[in-house]
Amino acid sequence: MENIIEVENLTKNFGSFTAVNSVTFSVKKGEIFGFLGPNGAGKSTTIKILCGLLIPTSGKASTFGFDVYRQSEKIKENIGYMSQKFSLYPDLTVEENINFYAGIYRVDPKIRNIRKNDLLKLLELTENRKTIAGLLPAGFKQRLALSCALIHDPPVIFLDEPTSGVDPVSRRNFWRLIKSFANSGKTIFVTTHYLDEAEYCNRISLIYDGRIIELESPYRIKKSYEERFNLKNPTLEDVFIKSIENYRAANNEF
Amino acid sequence: MNFKRLVAISRKEFIHIRRDTRSLLFSFLIPFVLLLLFGYALSLDIKNIPFSVLDYNDSAASREFVSGFSQSGYFDLKGYLNSEAELKNTIDSGKSLAVIVIPPDFEKNLKASNKVTVQTIIDGTNSNKASIALGYINAISQSYSARIFTEDKVLKEMKAPLSSEIRVWYNEKLDSRNFIIPGLIAIIMLIIASLLTSQVISREWENGTMEQLIVSPVKPIELIFGKLLPYFIIGMIDLSVIIILGKTLFKVYLRGNILLLFVLSSLFMIGALGMGITISIIAKSQVVSYQLALLTSFLPSYILSGLVFPISSMPKIIQYITYLVPAKYFIIILRGIYLKANTFFILAMDVLYLGVFALLMFIIANFRLVKKLD
Repeated sequence: MENIIEVENLTKNFGSFTAVNSVTFSVKKGEIFGFLGPNGAGKSTTIKILCGLLIPTSGKASTFGFDVYRQSEKIKENIGYMSQKFSLYPDLTVEENINFYAGIYRVDPKIRNIRKNDLLKLLELTENRKTIAGLLPAGFKQRLALSCALIHDPPVIFLDEPTSGVDPVSRRNFWRLIKSFANSGKTIFVTTHYLDEAEYCNRISLIYDGRIIELESPYRIKKSYEERFNLKNPTLEDVFIKSIENYRAANNEF
Repeated sequence: MNFKRLVAISRKEFIHIRRDTRSLLFSFLIPFVLLLLFGYALSLDIKNIPFSVLDYNDSAASREFVSGFSQSGYFDLKGYLNSEAELKNTIDSGKSLAVIVIPPDFEKNLKASNKVTVQTIIDGTNSNKASIALGYINAISQSYSARIFTEDKVLKEMKAPLSSEIRVWYNEKLDSRNFIIPGLIAIIMLIIASLLTSQVISREWENGTMEQLIVSPVKPIELIFGKLLPYFIIGMIDLSVIIILGKTLFKVYLRGNILLLFVLSSLFMIGALGMGITISIIAKSQVVSYQLALLTSFLPSYILSGLVFPISSMPKIIQYITYLVPAKYFIIILRGIYLKANTFFILAMDVLYLGVFALLMFIIANFRLVKKLD
């Protein structure tokens, strides 16, 4: 399987502060790759580099085969991005929001209409197509934001804490959709701090202090922590806390 | 620059304007109200100045002197007074702006060809109005004394050595509307171009939608032009409405070339739009950018452009500052085309200034937006 995202010894400094410290990983086609870590750990800096918004200090990084140093415009054409803020225009209807983003990505109107109808159906928004976005409940807004991020049919999707402020039922439905997109061959890169959500990922990386401290499937991480630290049926939360403690101890941090 | 993206942005911006009551008011109602206010209420012409007379002489000569005022069309005789107390009262109460006091020996001295002094008391509360009234009083008194002079038997043979025949060009009736309404175009364009557009980028930051645009392939220049296009169209619609209403309601006729007026108005509009969007890019909140637009473009343009207040009567230092106000040049252009039928070559320097201003604003806007995207 080919690698959609490739990162090698990636480092980003802001002055004397190192936000991302020599990180290496790769994401395969059709994979759901989770980025877990506390605020300020370097999650959003990494996402910004991979979306072509920030130039790294050193190391290699490419998204969909395009180099982040030189081909950021090519990257932007091929990614879908959805942030926790659900970037929507509250005074536009559901349909107008989708049409606007389709226009920005130069989607042909005929193709747009087909995709729009499919997305509205899939995300259960068909009945709300004429509704003003500002009046929708959070769960609907989230699905609309996802439709807007997918209207140009991007092969790579970045989700930056996509489920904040959304009720548990909507969250579960959302993740089912994400799974189905991955099954259809799209690559998903997601950051979250809901540890139960990390279970939906094929692989997760725990990021702390600008470094990746674990990178495995949720099942294997839990298994290895069960063995290494003698934990009984650990949850991802247990693993997460233990890994940070362990990292701090190893680096003489308290 | 991609045209499809630009159209997508413009289309969205039109929807924002259509759904926002305040934008609609600023775009279409406020310009109309301003036109009516400036056209009907703001008149700088002073006519029918109320005045009274305290006539200690009460002679044929004094009555003839007074009738010179009432017949001029600038003065409205409120009546004759009987005492100094009445004089004080009529000025205090505002019934009269001026009182002419004629001395007891007025006729006798005139006949004897002696020097006669007539006293005028004037209410100086409104200094502007008072000084204009004073000018009229002087002119009427002088014309009266010139007449007496030539009627004098001895001097009758002599013609007055110098006389002036005044002809006013461009605004023959000296009607202030002809002067105000073309200038108003600049103010209305500024309302749309700087007050409304100051909101367009800051709204994206406040909505959080800027983040989404940053990760999209949209280029700053597409975003800037796409957002400005609807406001430019509204500005041109308003310009047409002002030209038509100016003509039908206020008899202010466009004497110059209408195409030149539209082309040069577009140039000013582009510069002002550039300024509006620059403000919007610098200030990330809508409230701050609105205040900034008001302070940096709207107010200086209103006060320092020569629209209502003559620049030549401002202190020297303020006069220098007016060179930095683009609306000043645009108002010169507007009045030139409207009243003098000026051609492009006469206005070339003012046009050059507006061109430089527009270019500068877009360079700054583009530069600032690029920085924010990174």
